[in-house]
Amino acid sequence: MLIKKPSDIPYSEVTPNSAYMNRRKFLAGVAVATGAVTLAARSVSDWFESARVFADEAKLGPLAKSPFSTDEPPTPAKDVESYNNYYEFGTGKNDPSRNATKFVTSPWSVSVEGEVNKPRNFDIEQLRKLAPLEERIYRHRCVEAWSIVVPWIGYPFSVLAKLVDPKPSAKFVAFQSYYDIKQMPLGPRAGIALPYVEGLRIDEAMNPLALLTFGMYGETLPNQDGAPVRMVLPWKYGFKSIKSIVKVRFTQNMPPTTWNLANAHEYGFYSNVNPQVDHPRWSQATERRLDGSFFGKRIKTLMFNGYGDQVASMYNGMDLRKYY
Amino acid sequence: MKDLSRHINIRWLKPPIFLVCLAPLAHLVWMGFHDELGANPVEYITHSTGTWTLVGLCATLSITPLRRILKQNWLIRLRRMFGLFAFFYVSLHFTTWVWLYSGFDVHAMIADVYKRPFITAGFTAFVLLIPLAATSTSGMIRRLGGRRWQMLHNLIYISAIAGVTHYYWLVKSDETVPLRFAAVVAVLLGYRAIRHALQRKQQAAAAKRSRESVYSA
Repeated sequence: MLIKKPSDIPYSEVTPNSAYMNRRKFLAGVAVATGAVTLAARSVSDWFESARVFADEAKLGPLAKSPFSTDEPPTPAKDVESYNNYYEFGTGKNDPSRNATKFVTSPWSVSVEGEVNKPRNFDIEQLRKLAPLEERIYRHRCVEAWSIVVPWIGYPFSVLAKLVDPKPSAKFVAFQSYYDIKQMPLGPRAGIALPYVEGLRIDEAMNPLALLTFGMYGETLPNQDGAPVRMVLPWKYGFKSIKSIVKVRFTQNMPPTTWNLANAHEYGFYSNVNPQVDHPRWSQATERRLDGSFFGKRIKTLMFNGYGDQVASMYNGMDLRKYY
Repeated sequence: MKDLSRHINIRWLKPPIFLVCLAPLAHLVWMGFHDELGANPVEYITHSTGTWTLVGLCATLSITPLRRILKQNWLIRLRRMFGLFAFFYVSLHFTTWVWLYSGFDVHAMIADVYKRPFITAGFTAFVLLIPLAATSTSGMIRRLGGRRWQMLHNLIYISAIAGVTHYYWLVKSDETVPLRFAAVVAVLLGYRAIRHALQRKQQAAAAKRSRESVYSA
């Protein structure tokens, strides 16, 4: 069954002209229209309520502070939890928070395989305990020119990589998201090939900023934000930070990535935040920072999202216009 | 179906329809006051006003086919209101882009119109509606003359196509909704094209008949 997303008032709820043909009925018609608007609005707030009821985020701690954290104020948690791109659960921004409430994330295992000496299958609890958890407050810049500041919780991906001992032939790391049409009935309508896949060059994956992430705002990840485990790559556009990971594969060749497959002209393998290279359809020079103020504020986008000191050296000599 | 024109008092019909057309705006304002616009209200307002512009354009374009198919001539008297509401929502949409989205950054906006096909299409759709709104009064119809007025107002066809194209080009992957609007516009314009073609054919046949009757006489 397809769950329709109620963006605004559905056209079907607008009182039809025929209701007004008879002028005696027009007052009743007005009442119906008002009722429809009120209902639509109320059901929106109901969904937010249900998202809170169903989500079972658990407190995570103790958390080490990180020197990589920004001192910019974090975006309100409710915004980060209700404004998501997670197409498996619908393409509207507030679809995932409504449709992912019953997503089963336990039991969960992550297979780490490919060009490694010690391939392993990790249970999620096991994986979470591989290293002390840190809180890292990162800027997160979406390719759609909005940005948020999020206190993520996790540890560097390099910890996991070292444990499985990559062979010298491992040049890239491929990631794959969970996909099950029974749990994600809107998947076929996403317009992108699923399961979602992403990839990094191995030096990018080993960069200390690359965070294997289990939580945010002091708690485990909400389903719509990529529970139970995701990547966070703050110098790249948000879609590179793959959610709900089930497979990590070390490879010799550059792996395919979902948005690049969908539209190679618009989304490259690297997808580093770069204000000088526009998306073909919109400018990347500025972004709207969703900071909890009514309209957010429009700010200049920084090269590598302001993380140049940590990552710029990995791209020395590369034409970033060509390798966008 | 019988033409109900004689039984319908358009003056009674217009106020409730006017109120319904205002409902999307009322809803937006209500959401704004109740913190329901989500994390990115600028985006929400942009999408909402854009969607209702297309709904308004489709409503305007559906008047003539409905009037002919249902033989309800009084419907024509609602067309201007729907058209002006489409213009009202596109003005809100444009203002949102100029003010809330671009922050009055004229250089960025000019660059956008010039460089981004989806904005070029949307801007075109908006600009084409301006003369239509400006000449929507009865006085202007009289001054222009029915024929010229009609010629000018055929611009709505181009505007609707540009508007739907604007929507289709801006979505990242899920094209369901833009394609639905495209289908509606295609049906509404297709009806006109087919009717026009049939009329041409009939006229040609009539002309032929009259020629033949001349020869046979």
